[in-house]
Amino acid sequence: MVGASEHWNRPSFFAMKYLQDKGYRVIPVNPQAKGEAILGEKVYADLAEIPDRIDMVDIFRRAEAVPAIVDQAIKQGAKVVWMQLGVRHDAAAAKAEAAGLKVVMNRCPKIEYSRLNGELAWSGVNTGIISSKRRKL
Amino acid sequence: MAEKPPAPGFETLAIHAGAAPDPVTGARSTPIYQTTAYVFDDVDHAASLFNLQTYGYIYSRLTNPTVSVLEERVATLEGGRGAIAVASGHAAQLLAFFSFMEPGDQFIASNKLYGGSITQFGRSFKKFGWDCVFVDADDPENFRRAITPRCKAIFVESLSNPTGVIVDLERIAEIAHEAGLLFIVDNTMASPFICRPMRWGADLVVHSTTKFLSGHGNAMGGVVVDSGRFDWAQNDKFKSLTEPEPAYHDLRFYETFGDLALTVHGHAVGLRDLGATMAPLNAFLTITGIETLPLRMERHVANAQAVAEHLERHPAVSWVAYAGLPASKYHALARKYLPKGAGSVFTFGVKGGYEAGVALVEAVELFSHLANVGDTRSLIIHPASTTHRQLTTEQQIAAGAGPDVVRLSIGLESIADIIGDLDQGLAKAMRG
Ligand SMILES: Cc1ncc(COP(=O)(O)O)c(C=O)c1O
Repeated sequence: MVGASEHWNRPSFFAMKYLQDKGYRVIPVNPQAKGEAILGEKVYADLAEIPDRIDMVDIFRRAEAVPAIVDQAIKQGAKVVWMQLGVRHDAAAAKAEAAGLKVVMNRCPKIEYSRLNGELAWSGVNTGIISSKRRKL
Repeated sequence: MAEKPPAPGFETLAIHAGAAPDPVTGARSTPIYQTTAYVFDDVDHAASLFNLQTYGYIYSRLTNPTVSVLEERVATLEGGRGAIAVASGHAAQLLAFFSFMEPGDQFIASNKLYGGSITQFGRSFKKFGWDCVFVDADDPENFRRAITPRCKAIFVESLSNPTGVIVDLERIAEIAHEAGLLFIVDNTMASPFICRPMRWGADLVVHSTTKFLSGHGNAMGGVVVDSGRFDWAQNDKFKSLTEPEPAYHDLRFYETFGDLALTVHGHAVGLRDLGATMAPLNAFLTITGIETLPLRMERHVANAQAVAEHLERHPAVSWVAYAGLPASKYHALARKYLPKGAGSVFTFGVKGGYEAGVALVEAVELFSHLANVGDTRSLIIHPASTTHRQLTTEQQIAAGAGPDVVRLSIGLESIADIIGDLDQGLAKAMRG
């Protein structure tokens, strides 16, 4: 998660905590907080420093910062680049797709996870899901 | 890649949107969750819920599982992003404006609204320092002319109660958006089966679900639907959604929740502080009502059209104001915005004025004499002797409630019986 904040009232902190609760491992990237820990995970200054295999890069940064992050994501072998609500960069997205990555823009993985798993409906949101099957618990 | 299945039709959505079999019991109908509060897993779970960091139920003033089903269903039928259900139509209007108005702010409304809304906006909202300017909506430019720097929104009814005025939604939406204003439409009288205001540019849709959505005259309720399309950050008018909210550790709703900002704010701040919560039983009755909305509306408008055409030819009737009649000045707008029919509430003038109006409401046997609309039952009222009796005759005429005006809400009984009852009532009224 590039742009992860150590401040508990920031949107990135909400998303990281929620995704951890759902069983994902989230590695925070934030040069200002390098070496510290956020929600029990060591913070890296740069995507390139992360030794682990990365499935998805979640970008909590302004659109101008996206191209450089996408280049690193491609180098790191990520399968998905995800830009948060309000973040969109079509040229960087095209480059990532040309390199075989999947791209999501201007969405939040926390909101999409909850939408697909019935939790968002608890807040009165139109989830677009019609099914006669029991919802999972 | 698998092909995307076609989007479900309106009738399918009216029955299924928002509802799924209960995860624990398999109950197919939506259970009535008659509970005030919900247990936390542990302290951390409670903290995440209170911080809005995770989804879940805390306390039914904010959210309730039965009410949530209704919210998602209406949001879906209106083509919106999310919805907030509340205790009544008036509570929906209050909550909608509360989400962005500050003392000293202004909004512009059509002067042809449900009388209760004119009073709510013109009198009670003044106590919050919210100023409503009323304009004649027949000329959309009247809205543009009334815009001031303090103005934040434009409010209209898609089909007005009881005057049957239809406004040019698309043009008024353009005027609102050019000025960075929110466009709010009360779609109560039309229902989403007949009119979809968001297709024409509405940002918020409000309803009194008391009327056609619940449809059986047995449950009060209201709902605010957000299209999710309005850019709250385009100017500095909508600070409650863009600036830090102190009561939630300086969270900014728009930044954190994006197109869900108003839906989350409406529960987390609006319902928390206004407290106008819908009861789960009323949500259940309304969910059940909506399942037959398409069928009921088809019959409501067919019956209303037949009654209007009959009254137009009736010797005891001087005029009929129903946009489904080709003679109506709103007929062209009705064909564009209400293609499935001009609703089932309208007014007509009875020859013989005040006395004849009073005699008619007392003579009918099938029509119920009461102050409501949108019931399975046919309803009648003579505004000058009831809802508008405090006004002078001049004021009554200006409000479309002159001495000869009778309002009907055509129900779902056999059409021959509806027309037969009006005929015998009018005959008695003419005999005096
Ligand atoms: C068009 C319209 N809007 C709002 C309302 C207010 O709704 P409620 O009575 O549910 O508060 C009504 C009620 O008659 C109405 O007709």
